Amino acid sequence: MSMKYITPAETFKKYLPKDYVELVDYGPFGKSQEEAGPGNMGQFKELLEEHPMCSGCWMAYFIRVIFAALPNPEETVTLGTAGCGRLAISQAAVPFIYGNYGDQNAMASGLTRAFRLRFPEKHKDVITIAGDGGTMDIGFSMTMHSWIRGEKFTTIMLDNEVYGNTGGQESGMSPQGAVLKMAPEGKKFGKMPATDLAKAAGCVYIVRLSPTNIKKAAQIIRRAIFVAREVGPTFIHAYTSCNIEYSIPTEEVFKDAKEKEKGRFSFDEYMTDAAREVIERVEAEEKAARKARKEAMKAGAM
Amino acid sequence: MSPNTRPKLEKRLVDAKYLLQEAPREKHFITGAQAMAEAVKRASVDMAIAYPITPQSEVMHLVGDIYAQGHIKEYYRAEEELGTMSAIAGASRAGVRLFTATSGPGLLRGLEAIAAWPGHRVPAVLGVLTRVVNAPLSIQPDNVEMAYLMHCGAVMLHAENQQDTFDMTLAAFAIAEKVDVYIPVAVATEGFFVTHAKGYVDMTAEDLALEEFDPVAAPVPAMDNETPPARIQRDAPVQKSNFMSYLIHAVWQQEIWDSNSRAMKYIYEYLGGPIEVVNPDADVFVIASGCAAAQGREAQRYAEEEGLSVGLIKVRAIRPFPTKEICDATKNAKAIIVPEHNAIGWLCKEVKAAIPNGGIVTEGPRVFGGMTLPVELIMVEIYDALGIEHNIKL
Repeated sequence: MSMKYITPAETFKKYLPKDYVELVDYGPFGKSQEEAGPGNMGQFKELLEEHPMCSGCWMAYFIRVIFAALPNPEETVTLGTAGCGRLAISQAAVPFIYGNYGDQNAMASGLTRAFRLRFPEKHKDVITIAGDGGTMDIGFSMTMHSWIRGEKFTTIMLDNEVYGNTGGQESGMSPQGAVLKMAPEGKKFGKMPATDLAKAAGCVYIVRLSPTNIKKAAQIIRRAIFVAREVGPTFIHAYTSCNIEYSIPTEEVFKDAKEKEKGRFSFDEYMTDAAREVIERVEAEEKAARKARKEAMKAGAM
Repeated sequence: MSPNTRPKLEKRLVDAKYLLQEAPREKHFITGAQAMAEAVKRASVDMAIAYPITPQSEVMHLVGDIYAQGHIKEYYRAEEELGTMSAIAGASRAGVRLFTATSGPGLLRGLEAIAAWPGHRVPAVLGVLTRVVNAPLSIQPDNVEMAYLMHCGAVMLHAENQQDTFDMTLAAFAIAEKVDVYIPVAVATEGFFVTHAKGYVDMTAEDLALEEFDPVAAPVPAMDNETPPARIQRDAPVQKSNFMSYLIHAVWQQEIWDSNSRAMKYIYEYLGGPIEVVNPDADVFVIASGCAAAQGREAQRYAEEEGLSVGLIKVRAIRPFPTKEICDATKNAKAIIVPEHNAIGWLCKEVKAAIPNGGIVTEGPRVFGGMTLPVELIMVEIYDALGIEHNIKL
């Protein structure tokens, strides 16, 4: 019933907050990416409009992209853990589950299985969105085991290379040499090989990126979700800088993201054959739907 | 096999009241672990998540077997207890009936998630098959772990024997899912002494089962994008540090403990009340829960045979704690003895805090680390309380 569940009855509309009604009428629920995708963010009512993050926060931008890219927001549940990300994620108009420290992938395992029990005919998209600490440090065991078990949901790691929300401590994903709190002499070892670990643990679609290209980032998020529905665990490792703890001037946040793209966040996309099949099929279907819509519009204009 | 294609067994679904109190029963001679699993079999559980630890493992082995037979729809072995308890919290958001069980160190490892279950309104049932948690290592029965669980918000029942384990586990599902309760229920019993020992259990027929879980009958809707009211958040003040978030947390936790209190009427309805009193007019009472109550029961019998004025108060519910019931039952008591299977005496502390005249309470006897609780230990305290000379050599 998901669309129906968020759509207010006509007679009831005038009693609901305007914000809610507009979100249902003009937001991305039940709409295509051309109508309400990240390519034209700011032109439709977004799932995440306001956020409490720092000025120039690259993570806040990427979280907006995630929500704008969702193939089916009315059927999506996100899960997260402590960290800056959850401050914004919890303000999106999609159910969000906040559990304990680093347990998002364990919770998502239970949730995904229970959804499949109750709604075998539907795709309920489950996405964990957590930071580098939550995904690779405190949640490491639960992240790895969810992948090893082949749990069918998407894991997105917002890697700002630091514990931003607790005040700038070293994380397993901080680069070697970085002087951070709890690393007063600089970090003594390098970044954890997150995408390699994901591959070894059985993720079927893995991408490392610095999300400088909005359309490409959205395509990757959608691919990860489509593949997780049918094949197995998918993982996106995204650079989402912390301009506060790494002292990046606000106006240089994008430049920094471009630089990282040439370095340790060089674009890397891995997929299994089964994942490729899903991606090719879904993207061909989307292309055909776009074409059909265009033709229908043309026919309507004539 | 995909969970969705599992065979569905033919069962007659009935309400908890009928299942627990009216349905015909047959006597079986089984272990406590079997009793717990047999209750789960009759509870129409949707999903169970397992992780091994002695002495619990046997329970989740058996639950795995009944899953394989088709009594449960989904079952898996998780990575460790925090993963298990977190997965229960996640699955619960989809609106399903859940069961898991653990012991001692496993309970403590999972406690971060368990402590959040009530606040998340997770109506799951947790088996706690007690064992030592602290160093030096022992895998033997000792229920000190229950002290840690007592402040989490969950309803807690303590089974004396295999029969209690069966009845309490089955009742736990019904109590947890009441709309005015809707918090987890833990059913504890002593590892080995109960889990690995056989006792007589009157059980209902296997083809009678509890009605299916109703995800709509909940004070907080399932996060399934199906169950109204729509749970779309545009602002989540709880996620922030401001007065609103403090207030929301405070009223939410108050409601959890109120929910816990409201479970009491269902403990009366399904289990006959939070305490059992033997010889209510006695001068001296043994107050005990779990296995210690079985030993207390023996001590009371010995004392009665000797013509001594001794009664027993068995405490079935640890949370909500039966403060009023214990006060009423002990208002004329001259002495109270609290035997326990742990070093800290958590039940003794609860009893002392509940009654107006805590000075009449004897602290102990206590055994721990896996030791048994000889009835003679309790008899010594009874004789001392009554000022009777004895020559029991311990």
